[in-house]
Amino acid sequence: MPKDSGIGASSKRREDVRFLTGAGNYTDDINIHGQAHVFFLRSDIAHGTISSVDTSAAEAMPGVVKIFTGADFEAVGGMPCGWQVTDKHGQPMQEPKHPVLAHGKVRHVGEPIAAVVADTLEQARDAAEAIDVDIAELPAVVDMKAAVANSDNKVHDDLTSNLCYDWGFVEENKAATDEAFSNAAHVTTLELVNNRLVANPMEPRVAVGDYARGTGDHTLYTTSQNPHVIRLLMGAFVLGIPEHKLRVVAPDVGGGFGTKIFHYQEEAFCTFAAKACGRPVKWTSSRSEAFMSDAHGRDHVTKIELALDGDNNFTALRTETFANMGAYLSTFAPSVPTWLHGTLMAGNYKTPLIYVNVKAVFTNTVPVDAYRGAGRPEATFQLERVIDKAARELGVDPIALRRQNFVTEFPYATPVAVEYDTGDYVATMDKLEAMADLSGFEARRKASEAKGKLRGLGVNCYIEACGIAPSNLVGQLGARAGLYESATVRVNATGGLVVMTGSHSHGQGHETAFPQVIADMIGIDESMIEVVHGDTANTPMGMGTYGSRSLAVGGSAMVRATEKIIAKAKKIAGHILEASDADIELKDGTFSVAGTDKSLAWGDVTLAAYVPHNYPLEDLEPGLEETAFYDPSNFTYPAGAYACEVEVDPDTGKVTIEAFTAVDDFGNVVNPMIVTGQVHGGLAQGIGQALLENCAYDENGQLLSASYMDYAMPRADDVPFYQVDHSCQTPCTHNPLGVKGCGEAGAIGSPPSVVNAVVDALQSAGKNVTHIDMPLSPARVWAAMQG
Amino acid sequence: MAQVSMTVNGKAASGEVEGRTLLSAFLRDTLQLTGTHIGCDTSQCGACVVHVNGEAVKACTMLAAEADGAEVATIEGQANADGSLNVIQQAFQDHHGLQCGFCTPGMVMSAAALLKENPTPTEDEVRAYLEGNICRCTGYHNIVKAIMAASGQDVSSIAAE
Amino acid sequence: MYNFDVERPGSVADAAAAMGREDAQALGGGQTLIPTLKQRLASPSVLVSLTGVSEMQGVCSTDDGRVAIGGATTHATVAREAASLYPGLAALAGHIGDPAVRNRGTIGGSLANNDPSACYPAAALGSGATIITNSREIAADDYFQGMFTTALEEGEIITEVRFPVPEVSNYQKFVQPASRFALVGVFVAKFADDVRVAVTGASNEGVFRWSEAEAALSSDFSAGALGGLSVSGDNMISDLHGTGEYRAHLVGVMTERAVAAAS
Repeated sequence: MPKDSGIGASSKRREDVRFLTGAGNYTDDINIHGQAHVFFLRSDIAHGTISSVDTSAAEAMPGVVKIFTGADFEAVGGMPCGWQVTDKHGQPMQEPKHPVLAHGKVRHVGEPIAAVVADTLEQARDAAEAIDVDIAELPAVVDMKAAVANSDNKVHDDLTSNLCYDWGFVEENKAATDEAFSNAAHVTTLELVNNRLVANPMEPRVAVGDYARGTGDHTLYTTSQNPHVIRLLMGAFVLGIPEHKLRVVAPDVGGGFGTKIFHYQEEAFCTFAAKACGRPVKWTSSRSEAFMSDAHGRDHVTKIELALDGDNNFTALRTETFANMGAYLSTFAPSVPTWLHGTLMAGNYKTPLIYVNVKAVFTNTVPVDAYRGAGRPEATFQLERVIDKAARELGVDPIALRRQNFVTEFPYATPVAVEYDTGDYVATMDKLEAMADLSGFEARRKASEAKGKLRGLGVNCYIEACGIAPSNLVGQLGARAGLYESATVRVNATGGLVVMTGSHSHGQGHETAFPQVIADMIGIDESMIEVVHGDTANTPMGMGTYGSRSLAVGGSAMVRATEKIIAKAKKIAGHILEASDADIELKDGTFSVAGTDKSLAWGDVTLAAYVPHNYPLEDLEPGLEETAFYDPSNFTYPAGAYACEVEVDPDTGKVTIEAFTAVDDFGNVVNPMIVTGQVHGGLAQGIGQALLENCAYDENGQLLSASYMDYAMPRADDVPFYQVDHSCQTPCTHNPLGVKGCGEAGAIGSPPSVVNAVVDALQSAGKNVTHIDMPLSPARVWAAMQG
Repeated sequence: MAQVSMTVNGKAASGEVEGRTLLSAFLRDTLQLTGTHIGCDTSQCGACVVHVNGEAVKACTMLAAEADGAEVATIEGQANADGSLNVIQQAFQDHHGLQCGFCTPGMVMSAAALLKENPTPTEDEVRAYLEGNICRCTGYHNIVKAIMAASGQDVSSIAAE
Repeated sequence: MYNFDVERPGSVADAAAAMGREDAQALGGGQTLIPTLKQRLASPSVLVSLTGVSEMQGVCSTDDGRVAIGGATTHATVAREAASLYPGLAALAGHIGDPAVRNRGTIGGSLANNDPSACYPAAALGSGATIITNSREIAADDYFQGMFTTALEEGEIITEVRFPVPEVSNYQKFVQPASRFALVGVFVAKFADDVRVAVTGASNEGVFRWSEAEAALSSDFSAGALGGLSVSGDNMISDLHGTGEYRAHLVGVMTERAVAAAS
């Protein structure tokens, strides 16, 4: 029987009402009296030396307030990188300066060279056209392997090469891994590309800077997943503004998918310029600008090798990956191909020896950083593809090969430094086989054949690590930030609650799901609880929403704060009821003395906290407000098994998804409706990566897929109704809710099964195709079929 | 600058516009109807869909001057007279047809146009009709389901939460 | 966008007069032109909006059995009103762009722009249509002159397009996955005495007639008649979405499918 409220209920989302009636408040909806607009003049050259930037004609154009160039930001810090990776020789990564506006050189198409602030956006753009920029073009560094091989043409002249780092993990395992390969009965090798993607939240980025001359207070309104992180990075590292004079507000955020985690130049610029111009300064990205200024995702080139013994047990795994950093290090870029990728290479399998090598490379392209899944999709894709290839080479059932090698005992310490607390990979695979009716596949294949279509089945497993933590460990790994989360629970006198959290929703429904948890703990109606987030002025310092962390980390902070509230409320109730607080029970919003009929309503206690007439003032402060910071002791490890059925049109190469089934173990689930929706969205992004999306550059560093005319976004008719299940639940053992995180699973788990399915379809038709690089566009599939 | 006058959500609205002023800019900036969103600059994402003289159009790809004298309907005028969600809006909430909400106004306006034209669309018809509306959050599953539900069809057999 | 004036004439005569202004440009539905203006790739001083010209609206049959479509008629209107008169054309119009685009985009605007991936050029050329302007009539065979290039003179407005109605016809579009324009589109029309095959999306020269296929189909209108025929990929568009070779292959596949669907 489904619950109708509290944990486990599919409560309807309260935020929907404003979004459905046009009453949302997105950053671009904010207009401050007197604001000016900025237009960024962006480089159309990928790599070159700036000889001069002459703004004199532009300065005289109508409406121009002020024009800024790189020289105006020489005294200002560069854009900071939040993670320092140490290479396999123990040396820190190469970390170039990342200016707010290009200075000396341009390093990617889209890099801002000058910023024109004017009364209107069109005036700013008119003036930008009158800026005379002289750039001596240099050969573009685009191909990663060539960039590493050739140190003469460097993206950053002050670095020794184009290599950011050469990372080995776990370096101590390398010799043993190599040894295992030399003793293997079978080795399967696969070279593949994990295609570069553009996150494309439907709301483009926006920044509005404001400065109060009277008080010296700065305010930035921005499209951010983590306003506190922006405040810290921008205030401390870029502009030198102390936190108490800087407020960062992220109102309704129209999707993020990782790309709104990072601190961007435009945010720093608008904050800086508002003071310099004496007016609020607003920037709204066009979609065309977004393609060349939002951090991109993925872009790995990998060789993976799997060693098996004579009984088809995995004995070792070895990978070599080139990871594109783009022209500069975006905020968390170095962590993605390393700690969010190498640590997941064990997958769901008990492979005893693993060695991962990653070479991070600078190129003349837009910076690359976390995008939904961030490192974990790259790990999952190569692992699940190489296992599928191995099964085909060995002539064994790909599911049986996976089952044979599953981790089955928990906790399980992998050879890549993490410990899975719980999981049941057999259960999710069993569920998948039943839900996806895999036994009926051959009949469906025949039905497709009768229509002239090639049908294929692809299956894969995945594991991910969410809620990256604990802070002291990630600090050792190079993180320059903590990874806790915070919550302040403020109980009002009449019993309603406000939860102020550092987590921030950009579509995940926190305003609905978080109250479900607290309502259950206290036994009151969800509608009595309000979530406040997105504004550094009224929320405690928190790290924001990404990496599927909000419920596991932010929710846990909220539980801890609520526990403190309940403990204090019990003391108040005990005083009024003349009993020991140890004897007070709270159930359904009523405090009672165990074993008696004495009771007190929640509202009576909250009123007493603020009208403390009958109150133990000598022992207890008035009021009812508590804060908790929660720093997890481990990651959480959601896992699952996915199946995809495709049809391939042999005449055109077009692939259609006929069925997609996703079985996930997210541990406990607070709002099943929201969780299912998160999986749906992830699946569409994973299917998009597998079939449609491709961020491509030409050899001159020109972006070929620079708008929706060439970057194929998944549309409604590209995807099917999905079958989604999360009834296999092995609760997380180390957070109070037993939850694991669900935001990225769909995007992590789906690409391999799509590609596995297409390869299956083609091989079943006798084509000797072992791999096709994503996206599996009709043209690529057709070309592969031609042999 | 020229004066334009139109009826927006049943009320007279007018303002000064340049030739280049888009209908979307007139709605958002002049009339402060910020529910109409701008998600791209190539007329593909559909976050800006409104109705002009009863037909769905992309407000970012129509000049305000061309809407002079027209009847315009936006997301702000879709709720029932008592302020409650209309059938389509309610179905989107009931079936979790939105997440971040940014594409939602365009989706709702397109759905309304579809159901006017085709009161009981099939799944394929709904998906085809949404070709010009991009959502990055939902994977479309619950949007399609919500629209079919709003049309009065039984969607209980569609894989669900 | 650069700024411009907007004129909204009510008649062809007024529109033609407005087009006489310096740097004037006709505005059909604007579904291509407005995005182009947003990128500042064009800078007209005045846009002459044709949507208010009532004599350029609508679909009707002519006395000689042709279908006449006003130059400012939207794709949605053609899809609806030509459905019984010329079903192959109506079906093509009903799959241009998306529903909101079809409510604004016009046949005249599409043909004047002559995007190499647009659908209407295939219908006009494949039908042997006549493009009627405010000053003359132009046969489709003379009208299309390469990518984004037509026989239109400066200031000339497409007021009407007249389509001979074939016995059967069909358009097959294989969409480019991002833009949803035609990666390759083939319009096949069988008339009493000949067959026309027009291909869009594929060639660097824009829409073209595939004469070998026309000859084969004129003697035997069946998909099998195309066996062994192929177009060369040499002068085909090659881009992120497909090589010239792939497009050439699709021309054959789409032609077969169009013939099969029309038969």
